[in-house]
Amino acid sequence: MTRLLPYPLLTASLLVMWLLLNQFSLAHLVLGSIIALVASQAMAALQPTKPRIRRWDKIPQLVWLVFVDICRSNIAVASIILQGRRRRQNSGFVSIPLDLRDRTGLAVLACIVTSTPGTAWLEYNSTNGNVLIHVLDLVDEQEWIDTIKNRYERLLMEIFE
Amino acid sequence: MSGVILILAITLSQMMLVAAMACAVWRLVRGPRAQDRVLGLDALYVAAMLLLLVFGIRSGSTTYFETALVIALLGFVSTVALAKFLMRGEVIE
Amino acid sequence: MSHVTDLPVWAALLVAFFLVLGSGLTLLGAIGLVRFESFYARVHAPTLGTTWGAGAILIASIVCFTVLQSRPVLHEILITIFVVVTTPVTLMLLARAALYRDRTEGTPGVPKDASGRD
Repeated sequence: MTRLLPYPLLTASLLVMWLLLNQFSLAHLVLGSIIALVASQAMAALQPTKPRIRRWDKIPQLVWLVFVDICRSNIAVASIILQGRRRRQNSGFVSIPLDLRDRTGLAVLACIVTSTPGTAWLEYNSTNGNVLIHVLDLVDEQEWIDTIKNRYERLLMEIFE
Repeated sequence: MSGVILILAITLSQMMLVAAMACAVWRLVRGPRAQDRVLGLDALYVAAMLLLLVFGIRSGSTTYFETALVIALLGFVSTVALAKFLMRGEVIE
Repeated sequence: MSHVTDLPVWAALLVAFFLVLGSGLTLLGAIGLVRFESFYARVHAPTLGTTWGAGAILIASIVCFTVLQSRPVLHEILITIFVVVTTPVTLMLLARAALYRDRTEGTPGVPKDASGRD
């Protein structure tokens, strides 16, 4: 089973993508399955480190959290742009020490931080686990450190470690 | 009734997206540095992709969707290649 | 423009709302791209267009085609996933390239590399 299907999630999502791009029919189901199987075998040949997800049940909570934060920071950044030059520039860099070490978890955290308007992930230092983040509306540095550590890092550590 | 609302909204959103593309082109031309230009290019292709999706709603055909997907793919690859280029000065190491 | 008159009023209002919201946010992001002073502040601007900007227009597209063809057209979800996954990657790479360039040129106001690598 694991030899035939090294990445079941990748295979399934490739098949779903194939069926979305084409109209659903039995022929496309068969063709899509073959392509998804071959592609996941090719992925296995690349030998990437396989991510392990410990807690599937926490993922909806994470998705909801990210959705809410993206909505809130969209409004915040839009109002900053609308205020224009009347407002003083107070963007700045924040260095945050992270305890999360799992590579997939870090990649997910980087994507969350960057895709949220108002924060951008700049650099991760793997020797001491510090991450450099640029914040558009930097009022209190400690508040951002707490936000990242308590809101996301704890949840991601539960999921991946 | 619904036609009037939709045509107004579609025209308005097309105008806003073209204005967004103009802003991105302004940043692309003005710079001042190479990374600002690449950022402008990135914003330009996202706005162009959204404009094509709005064209798709206007014409009622799903053909525009494929074009939007191709723009999204090529834009991603080109921005990554340009960022890599800025990092080291060459694309293939 | 014949097909849009086939939409019921509630769907037309929904599509119109999401279209204007999405393109308005994209425009705001582009204005931010022009207005912000430094490169690192400008990195934040396009994310407006790629989160709710793209999201709202894609929702409008999904609603429009689902109601018109009376079957779900979920193509747009592919673009949504693609945009959501790729934008952070490009912006992160670009920001790192800018950081690297600023450090090698010794631009003031850029934090030093803590570990002393590179």
